[in-house]
Amino acid sequence: MKILLVDDEQELVSTLAERLSIRGIDADWVTSGEDAMEKIQVTTYDLAVLDMKMPRMSGLELRKKIQEIKPQMRYLFMTGHGSAEDFYSASSEEGADCYLVKPVNIDVLIAKITEILGQYTGSLN
Amino acid sequence: MPLFKIFKPEFLSYTATDSGLFKSLFNFKKLWINRILILLCVALIPLLCLTTFTFLVIKNDTEIEIDLRTIRQVSNAKRTISFFVSERKAALSYIIRSNSYEQINNNWQLVNILQSLKDSIGGFTDLGVIDASGKQIQYVGPYDLQNVNYSSEEWFKEVVIQNHYISDVYLGFRKIPHLIIAFKHTLPNGAFYVLRATLETERFNRILSDINLSGSEDTFLINKYGTIQTPSRSHGNVLSKTALPVPEYSEHTEVMEVTDSQFRKIIIGYAYIPETPFILMLTEEKTILMQPWRKTRNLIIFFVALSIIAILVVVYRVATHLVNQIFLADLKRVSTLHEVEQSSKLASIGRLAAGVAHEVNNPLAIINEKAGLMKDIFSYKEEYKHDTKILGLIDSILASVERCGNITKRLLGFARHLDVSIQNVDIKAVIEDVLGFLVKEAEYRSILVNVDIEENIPQFETDRGKLQQILLNLVNNAFAAMQDNGHLDIKIRRVEHDFVAVSVKDDGSGIPQEDLKRIFEPFFSTKTKTGGTGLGLSITYGLIQELNGKLGVVSKFGTGSEFTITLPLTNISKKR
Repeated sequence: MKILLVDDEQELVSTLAERLSIRGIDADWVTSGEDAMEKIQVTTYDLAVLDMKMPRMSGLELRKKIQEIKPQMRYLFMTGHGSAEDFYSASSEEGADCYLVKPVNIDVLIAKITEILGQYTGSLN
Repeated sequence: MPLFKIFKPEFLSYTATDSGLFKSLFNFKKLWINRILILLCVALIPLLCLTTFTFLVIKNDTEIEIDLRTIRQVSNAKRTISFFVSERKAALSYIIRSNSYEQINNNWQLVNILQSLKDSIGGFTDLGVIDASGKQIQYVGPYDLQNVNYSSEEWFKEVVIQNHYISDVYLGFRKIPHLIIAFKHTLPNGAFYVLRATLETERFNRILSDINLSGSEDTFLINKYGTIQTPSRSHGNVLSKTALPVPEYSEHTEVMEVTDSQFRKIIIGYAYIPETPFILMLTEEKTILMQPWRKTRNLIIFFVALSIIAILVVVYRVATHLVNQIFLADLKRVSTLHEVEQSSKLASIGRLAAGVAHEVNNPLAIINEKAGLMKDIFSYKEEYKHDTKILGLIDSILASVERCGNITKRLLGFARHLDVSIQNVDIKAVIEDVLGFLVKEAEYRSILVNVDIEENIPQFETDRGKLQQILLNLVNNAFAAMQDNGHLDIKIRRVEHDFVAVSVKDDGSGIPQEDLKRIFEPFFSTKTKTGGTGLGLSITYGLIQELNGKLGVVSKFGTGSEFTITLPLTNISKKR
């Protein structure tokens, strides 16, 4: 299981990746859509956790671009904003499996990832 | 209750003010007064113009009618008197021509002639024969006038010159008012004598009094000097001078109007009687003559007054109704404006809350992850694994982050529901959301909130945002009515199978009975001084109606109030 975390908050995304790694989930992180696209070109990921609001390229736009080159990838959206537009946009997105509002509980996140990918059996490592 | 208060339109209580909600209301008092004045002008000006015109026409007609009637009466009297005098003049002329001087100068013959005249046409008092020297040589009649000398009398001089003469009424030798007709007859030898007859003035007077048909006129004769010749009721005695002006000569009967010494208006009809020194006068007070017109006028005034009263009532009702409709529409406008303002304010608050939540959520998430990582690290490192204090501190940080997260989520949830319309709603969750906003206030004020929700309440379709606003308003109102340490009971029950009833009961100040009927009216507030708009319950009532629900209230002043909303559990959109 390989996961890519994309969020413009480096402090958040790096820590989250580290925590997931501690729990045995191989997670890379980037802080922009552009970096994410580069990463995806070279690495295969099972799932991407995308922040919905990012400068230059939003999570939704990024998802569309990834979809074009990696149609099998799954997604999970994360946002600090809880507006109705976000909610509906995320819900109506094909392939969007979940919508989480920050701050995200790591256990909830892992539960969602497991639910989507059905593979996680690890624990704190 | 004063009469004005009964008829006082409702909008007069809502005068436009410089500030507050009513500042955008029209000035209804001014509008109302203007409408009344305009309607009154439109209704009354034509009525008053028409009435005045009718007055003047009727008055003019009446005056013309009076003039014509007077002329008719005077003309008739003139003919009668003229005929009376002419008849007697012709009789004397005939006698003097058909009898010789010897016959006329014979006393016995003269007695017979007088008797014949009295028997045939009447109106004669005596007859006398005067010779050229002016001495009365023969006299038959009731007075002792034999041998009286008339040579110095004016009438004698006139008859000598003119051959015949009709005198004014005068006293003469007999000292009794009378008038005479005299004829001069010249004999073949050049000498002459005068036949003189005295006419009965009583007969004359009777003719004139017969003309006074209505009884209010005064008909009499004057001479050219204004001396009264026959009895007058109100203008002086016979042979006295009348105060009335002597009218100018005219061949025809004329009418004039004069004002007497007592400032009464007098209508005078007059006619100069031909070949006599008499002017026939018929006078009548104008006030009496105008009596019929005054009756008509009073009748018109009565009906006009009635019409004016009816117009006033109708104008008042119409203007009040009209302005009241505008007032109600304006109230609705202001209320809607306020509602829109409130909604827009709430939406702004929602957007602000969402923005704040977003901004706070990111640092919160970082704290969460950092603390989480710390916990992860401490959890698997042997030296810290059992340090409960450090792990406890981290847990405390994580718990606080979670608490903050819940607050921001609630804010986000509130903002989200403002935009969403019909959806499946769990009433319990809505109550929890609403109370979530007020839990701190309840804690500070030691208000005990008791929520009792029946088990079998299903989710139902409704507008969550509106329901949330309704409940927030009701709970807020209850909080405002309560003292510290109060009790608030919220009960949710399923009623009549298809409805859910939510009751919000407080032990606050309660609502006085007289205010209870008006609490749902827009702008009704007992808290205007403390910033109440009087729209809270009105808006709540409107929102409940939009959800096809009902709102009831039971309140006792000093004890508390219970508001109960009943909402349908069936699909609201289908009903709409």
